[in-house]
Amino acid sequence: MSLQHFMNEAISPWMKQEGPDSDIVLSSRIRLARNFSQHPFPIIASEETLGHVLTFFKEEFQKQSFRDYKDFELVQMKDLQPIEKRVLVEKHLISPHLAEKAEKSASLISQNEQVSIMINEEDHIRIQLYFPGFQLDQALEQASQLDDWLEEKIDYAFDEKRGYLTACPTNVGTGMRASVMMHLPALSLTNQINRMTPAINQLGLVVRGIYGEGSEALGNIFQISNQITLGKSEEDIVEDLHSVVKQLIDQERKAREALMSRSSIQLEDRIFRSFGVLTNSRIIESKEAAQCLSDLRLGIDLGFIDHIPRTILNELMVLTQPGFLQQYAKDTLSPDERDIRRASLIRERLQLENEE
Amino acid sequence: MECQECHQRPATVHLTQVVNGQKSEIHVCEKCAKENGYMNYGEENFTLNDLLSGLFHSEGPSPLKGNTPHSYAQKPKLKCENCNLTYEEFARVGKFGCAECYKTFDDRLDPILRRVHSGNTRHDGKLPKREGGNLHLKREIEEHKTNLRQLIEQEEFEEAAKVRDKIRSLEDQLSKGEDGDG
Ligand SMILES: [Zn+2]
Ligand SMILES: [Zn+2]
Repeated sequence: MSLQHFMNEAISPWMKQEGPDSDIVLSSRIRLARNFSQHPFPIIASEETLGHVLTFFKEEFQKQSFRDYKDFELVQMKDLQPIEKRVLVEKHLISPHLAEKAEKSASLISQNEQVSIMINEEDHIRIQLYFPGFQLDQALEQASQLDDWLEEKIDYAFDEKRGYLTACPTNVGTGMRASVMMHLPALSLTNQINRMTPAINQLGLVVRGIYGEGSEALGNIFQISNQITLGKSEEDIVEDLHSVVKQLIDQERKAREALMSRSSIQLEDRIFRSFGVLTNSRIIESKEAAQCLSDLRLGIDLGFIDHIPRTILNELMVLTQPGFLQQYAKDTLSPDERDIRRASLIRERLQLENEE
Repeated sequence: MECQECHQRPATVHLTQVVNGQKSEIHVCEKCAKENGYMNYGEENFTLNDLLSGLFHSEGPSPLKGNTPHSYAQKPKLKCENCNLTYEEFARVGKFGCAECYKTFDDRLDPILRRVHSGNTRHDGKLPKREGGNLHLKREIEEHKTNLRQLIEQEEFEEAAKVRDKIRSLEDQLSKGEDGDG
């Protein structure tokens, strides 16, 4: 079954490559919102219209390839079990919103999982393209070309004055949301990130945690993205985001250096304690796991631990989410059962690294 | 420095806004920054309703705002002919029903877009390749015209004449293209 390989691996093939500044930037993403000019938007469209959109994608793009993005697979929401949907959400291949929609929604996913095109989400089309590390420019260029490729066959809803027309006024114009996922343990540890957030917001950018709820950022993983989509070019938006991310990278590196020079032994202690917890615990909640994984990853980046690949953070953050745990268990699990599963999965995964 | 909106609290939020190419400085207090949409939070789960509900009502039809009785009588029924979404429904849900809605509600969109997009109301980004054919030309002509004005100001008439010829040939191209479509 073609769906299976999207389910089995916690990290997508593209995530295994290391991009620029990958000690701090986990991934870069461009998302473009597009609509058909002739159809009402999904929120108001009839099942029949949504069916037309879906069929169109199936006929025109199923199994097609564009450059490195080969053999697009149309994964329909109606064919998925709840756990399978959850897995795709945890891998960021679909949005939670798409997962909630049943009948006529789908995601067109490239084999390397670098591209997913969500169909009949809030807009008819949501193109998502990921790059490992800090590669916003490349991501924008590729996303734009992919957009042109789709446009050869689709009349987009576009207006000279307002740009690409979207269901929500917050996306109109470029329809673009550029974002960067960053691991900022030193800025979190020293509480600097909270002080920097208001200034970043003032620049029209948003900082939020990827995992966890509200303001807490589990695993010290943050997403920085643009808020404004209208009145600025895609290149300018990306450039603004780029310069803020660059500054955050510099600040994080400085904070790491400061921690190393002022409290190296305390830091080393913290890292190895966390490593101890991960390799020995029998029950672990997601919050504690995320913190320990963040410490472990910092330990790898700072050279305290050298036999474990950096991608362990991304991999285990995804793998220990409820959807994946249950996918592995082939069963629904209670929260207590999940904590036990999570602990054993992390132990086994780290044991694997020791053997290699 | 005092807040330029309420003139009461000190300005703690300092922004440079670029609206349609014009830069302006904004100095407001945090409260006014939030109320005026200078600071926004969240991404996909952004609740537009919270942000806009007050605005829709204040910008909606109001006889106090100098509308003639005639236009006031028409406004409450504003409805997209293509998808049947009324302006009231749009205001409540915060989502458009179709591409046509943008044209139908056009008169009322500027304040909403300004609030959401830090003062911007006009697109300044990518144009679709196919559909945007003429738009590419139009944008190019606009750029040349700006250039032309500058050249004239600087009294570089020789260069200006070249640019003027370029504009003419582009405008020719544009009118041919439009004839071809029709
Ligand atoms: Zn104020
Ligand atoms: Zn409409």
